[in-house]
Amino acid sequence: MLLSEICEIVNGTVVSGESRINQKVEFAFASDLMSDVLTLKVDHFILITGLANIQSVRTAEMSDAPYLLLCRGKEVSDDMLALAKEINVLIIKSPYSMFKCAGLLYGAGLKPVY
Amino acid sequence: MHFEYKVEGGDFTQAGYASSQIKKTLKQLGADPAVIKRVVVALYEAEVNIVAHAYRGTIFADITPSGIKLRLEDEGPGIPDIEMAMTKGFSTASPQVREMGFGAGMGLPNISENADSLTIDTEVGKGTTLTIIINFNKV
Repeated sequence: MLLSEICEIVNGTVVSGESRINQKVEFAFASDLMSDVLTLKVDHFILITGLANIQSVRTAEMSDAPYLLLCRGKEVSDDMLALAKEINVLIIKSPYSMFKCAGLLYGAGLKPVY
Repeated sequence: MHFEYKVEGGDFTQAGYASSQIKKTLKQLGADPAVIKRVVVALYEAEVNIVAHAYRGTIFADITPSGIKLRLEDEGPGIPDIEMAMTKGFSTASPQVREMGFGAGMGLPNISENADSLTIDTEVGKGTTLTIIINFNKV
């Protein structure tokens, strides 16, 4: 699925990594617990989270997940934004809940990591 | 190649900086991406542990053609019961740590899973040293 499609489905706004908007991603993982994300053996997935702090961007970096969908209308802090730009992580923010984002994207064909 | 990084307890804005630097170095050296991921996940969890539990610490990283040795020395409360600390789900983390997306008792088990060797030396009231070895040639 194209990142641009994901952005549209979740009524989102791209706040970082705009150059990646026409890239494709096949898998997603939703969690507010970064240690759970770090147990994944796959890479190149989109991380769906409501955790709006710099560690969600760091975790995306360590997990080789270049895309992050921030739910529940959370704002992206300046330090998150600076790090995301430095490591070229695309961040989409959505006003929808994590459950709604995940449900809509699953219904549209985005696959679960497991 | 030898690297050292200082880590301050409680400073979550900097947590992950050393892991990020090591990741960049291993990429530049052309290491296997799967091995790089194991290294940075183990190191990042260990780095977060210092920030979450200790007063301060130092990360020593030694990269050789055969692998990487990471030594994380901290000044902190130490671990009273290593067996409990290694149990998935057991945690003594503060609410602040949990708000950062950690502290669910996954850190040490996750480090162990990614490492070829993990040694924990700890003294209650003094601190903890983790030694993590990851070989580059593991199939």
